[in-house]
Amino acid sequence: METKDALINYCLRLGDSSLILGQRMAEWCSNGPILEEDIAMTNLSLDLIGQARTMLSYSGVVEGKGRSEDDLAYRREEREFYNTLLSERPNGHFGDTVVRNFLHDAFFYYLYQALKSSKDEMIAAHAAKSIKEVTYHLRHSSEWLVRLGDGTVESHEKVQESLNDLWEYTGDLFEMNEVDEVLIKEGIAVDLQKIKLEWDKTINTVIERSTLTRPEDAYMHSGRLDAMHSEYLGHLIADMQFLQRAYPEAQW
Amino acid sequence: MVNEKHTEKQIWEFLSEIPDPEIPVITITELGVVRKVELSNEKVIITITPTYTGCPAMKLFEDEIIKTLHEKGIETVEINLVYSPAWTTAWMGDIAREKLRKYGIAPPVKGSEDKGILFESGPKVVACPRCKSENTILKSQFGSTACKALYQCETCLEPFDYFKCI
Repeated sequence: METKDALINYCLRLGDSSLILGQRMAEWCSNGPILEEDIAMTNLSLDLIGQARTMLSYSGVVEGKGRSEDDLAYRREEREFYNTLLSERPNGHFGDTVVRNFLHDAFFYYLYQALKSSKDEMIAAHAAKSIKEVTYHLRHSSEWLVRLGDGTVESHEKVQESLNDLWEYTGDLFEMNEVDEVLIKEGIAVDLQKIKLEWDKTINTVIERSTLTRPEDAYMHSGRLDAMHSEYLGHLIADMQFLQRAYPEAQW
Repeated sequence: MVNEKHTEKQIWEFLSEIPDPEIPVITITELGVVRKVELSNEKVIITITPTYTGCPAMKLFEDEIIKTLHEKGIETVEINLVYSPAWTTAWMGDIAREKLRKYGIAPPVKGSEDKGILFESGPKVVACPRCKSENTILKSQFGSTACKALYQCETCLEPFDYFKCI
């Protein structure tokens, strides 16, 4: 595999995970449990969509076929998206969203921390920029996890159940293939198994503080690397892409 | 032909007349968004950097820069967007900080770049921009724009925005 092809795919992975999680957070707009959280979740969405823009634009530039960030976000089919399976999980109740984001924020945090030293200048700049935003995201989701886990009997049970349900999508975050192999050799990508060690530590610290129990590793879903998704992504992108599909070339 | 008419210093002056679209008391140069001004025979290149990746004001910054320079007779303006070095509130000077305070926004507390990830939220003391009381509490890490957090003063009871230190 050529470095260029690997890089195009790698940027799509980063961009797509931010885009899909950002779209999920946008779904909370006007549906938040309290006003402050409604604002917080749409702020998170804005950061994530901003991060997606950088990486999708860059993927288009590397590809060199004139595809813009909008073409990539709004004109691709479900089987062309490389986002993590975790990012597409439905919002569910507020606790489900908190747990999903917590697991994902910690992943982004350590991934960007490592990518700051990527030999690809654009990826390194993107990581250095995004880490500032993701730090706030991780703190936000961790604090809510503690509040809900160490809260009432009901909130504790609910988030423990969210954690048990979402756990089987965490294996997918750290899977690697030839794309990673090629880019790790070039010093562009990072070894996700090393990221997992850091991720594990933070997950354990926060779970313990939340008085929750870390689920046992059992069956893990996979699919991200081959753009194989759960039934939820199609519905999400149908909603996200509706305007561009109905009115192609529509501009602000 | 631009550089026969204008110097780099003049262009910085033109840019320093452009207010931030969300916080009109400070200008885009005070905010630190404008990183570089370059002149050549053919054009003026303005390098800018976003405060936050998703900041919706970026497009407005670009439009305002082009519009302002056109009005000053500079026809060919190119905007160059860079991400590195990443924007930081440390680039904001004392004058801008004082303007924010007068406007009712608590300025970023100096030297408190927020690097703690877990349970070490924000600076220790954010003074109320209205009554100056230091008895304030963090209500939410996220406020009316990406760059602000929401606080409340326990003395005068007014809620207020805090410009996050990043």
